[in-house]
Amino acid sequence: MKKTIQFMVSAVLAMTMLAGCGSAPATEGEGGEPATGTAASSSSDDVITMSGSTSMEKLCNTLKEEYMNETGVEIDVQFTGSGAGIQAVSEGTVDIGNASRALKDEEKAQGLVENIVALDGIGIVVDKANTVTDITKDDLAKVYKGEIKNWSELGGSDSPIVVIGREAGSGTRGAFEEILGVEDACVYAQEINSTGAVMAKVASTPGAIGYVSLDVIDDTVSTLKVEGVEATAENIKNGTYAIQRPFVMATKGEISEQSQTVQNFFNYIDGEKGQEIITKIGLVTTK
Amino acid sequence: MEKTISLSSKGAVEGKVGSSTAVRNMSVKGSNRSKSFAEVFMSGVFTVCGFAAVAAVIAITVYMLISGVPAIFKVGIAEMLFGTEWAPTAAEPSFGIAYIILTSVLGTAAAIVIGVPVGLLTAVFMSEVASKNVARVVKPAVELLAGIPSIVYGLLGLLLINPLMGNLERTIFANSKTHVMNGGANLISAVLVLAIMILPTVINSSETALRAVPMHMRQASLALGATPTQTIFKVTIPAAKSGIITAIVLGIGRAVGEAMAIVLVSGNTVNVPLPFNSVRFLTTGIVSEMGYASGLHRQALFTIGLVLFAFIMIINIIINKILKDGGSNER
Repeated sequence: MKKTIQFMVSAVLAMTMLAGCGSAPATEGEGGEPATGTAASSSSDDVITMSGSTSMEKLCNTLKEEYMNETGVEIDVQFTGSGAGIQAVSEGTVDIGNASRALKDEEKAQGLVENIVALDGIGIVVDKANTVTDITKDDLAKVYKGEIKNWSELGGSDSPIVVIGREAGSGTRGAFEEILGVEDACVYAQEINSTGAVMAKVASTPGAIGYVSLDVIDDTVSTLKVEGVEATAENIKNGTYAIQRPFVMATKGEISEQSQTVQNFFNYIDGEKGQEIITKIGLVTTK
Repeated sequence: MEKTISLSSKGAVEGKVGSSTAVRNMSVKGSNRSKSFAEVFMSGVFTVCGFAAVAAVIAITVYMLISGVPAIFKVGIAEMLFGTEWAPTAAEPSFGIAYIILTSVLGTAAAIVIGVPVGLLTAVFMSEVASKNVARVVKPAVELLAGIPSIVYGLLGLLLINPLMGNLERTIFANSKTHVMNGGANLISAVLVLAIMILPTVINSSETALRAVPMHMRQASLALGATPTQTIFKVTIPAAKSGIITAIVLGIGRAVGEAMAIVLVSGNTVNVPLPFNSVRFLTTGIVSEMGYASGLHRQALFTIGLVLFAFIMIINIIINKILKDGGSNER
């Protein structure tokens, strides 16, 4: 008798625990309760859904916050990577697909429209003691392919080059390798999984070279000119600085074909406030 | 709820006082019936808590299998485990993790080779040689070492060991045409960090084992004319053998599973695990690429997790076997 009761009590408790566990994933799977307001459907009027590039996290989160304060419209944004974002928008599960690269032709063929909202420059950084100030795109590619191994070949001191890059899957790495045309050909000495860590490594390793988003560059490292052009906002905007990539908010069909909510959002980005935000977080506006 | 707890705690106290049913059933407050309800309720709670760990292990095992196995089938088990090229985002991706597995095995082995002698001798010092006062200083230091977060070890490695290795590398490979300079982020740096990290694990377990050796064995050895050092190496350590082996296996477990410390110092590119090469471990492979991975790449990372899981399982089985054998030997 006692055993039976014991068993029943434990069974009831176990079920309570399981029920408690079960409710959480269920919420996620169904796209959220009304309270969280993260409806997965793109048809909802007061929520804009977007997903995509992790590189655009800072941009999206700042826009989301400011836009929410201003208009009360909620933006549900997920950072799944450019490819996943593009896929999501083409499947219609989100309103906007974020990509930190230009759309490919086959993606445009699916009816996606490339709305470039901002430009992101990739800065080439070396440690402070390095005497090299300028590098050509070709030489940079050679350095990353392991064909140039010493700074003396680039007019610097006789010091081996330590090639630092990001891990496979990183948006910055993807952009950098694509811009230089060195996809899958790079010989990295170190693969580091965050921008901040790349900065720290470059700053502390003699002879190091690395690539990072322009907005995180500070005075712990030196930034190289590429083809004689300094990595500045103007040079990115006028297209002379070679190593840059667009931040794309792709939509299925032109912006004018989107819901009013989405159109308002794009107008906001194009407006004074939106442009201010883009500049504030270290990106370059398209205008 | 509060009432239940107070009842059951009283029950526990009484249980200690007397074990006869008469005393147990005499409760200050509440009837015999509510008392036994509290008992039943609490033992239910204990049972559920007890099975929580089991449920977690089963859930993890099932989850690792579900998420790790698909990539094996897509890539092919031989190609994956014995392939040497890891290029998950290439146009024609390849998912060979042979070098990654080899790095984890070699790196762990090297860390054990360095860490275990130091750890064991520290344990000998603490249990056999040091006076009580000295031991009082050493023991908290070791315990503190155990409590330091692994990322801190990594930072120290980054700041101290990497630059040192970088200088060494520049000297050794000054004229090398093939070596990829990595500024000191190499296998040796990772091994040194790991060796220090496993110290507390090895020291604590082997010290416990050494202290458990009966005093009369040491006394007998000394009485037969052996020196203290002879006694330590010929009597005490052999007597504590199974405990020390457990310590080593625990150390292996810690080293194999460590990620945060070595991700900072190992350079993290997939290479043959040579001392001065930048290398990637099973753990760091997952840590560094999980953030942005998608599709088959992500599944392949889960497969790496599965391999790691298998390693840990094997290590655990070995520990259990040693503990069982050790127990039967003593009897």
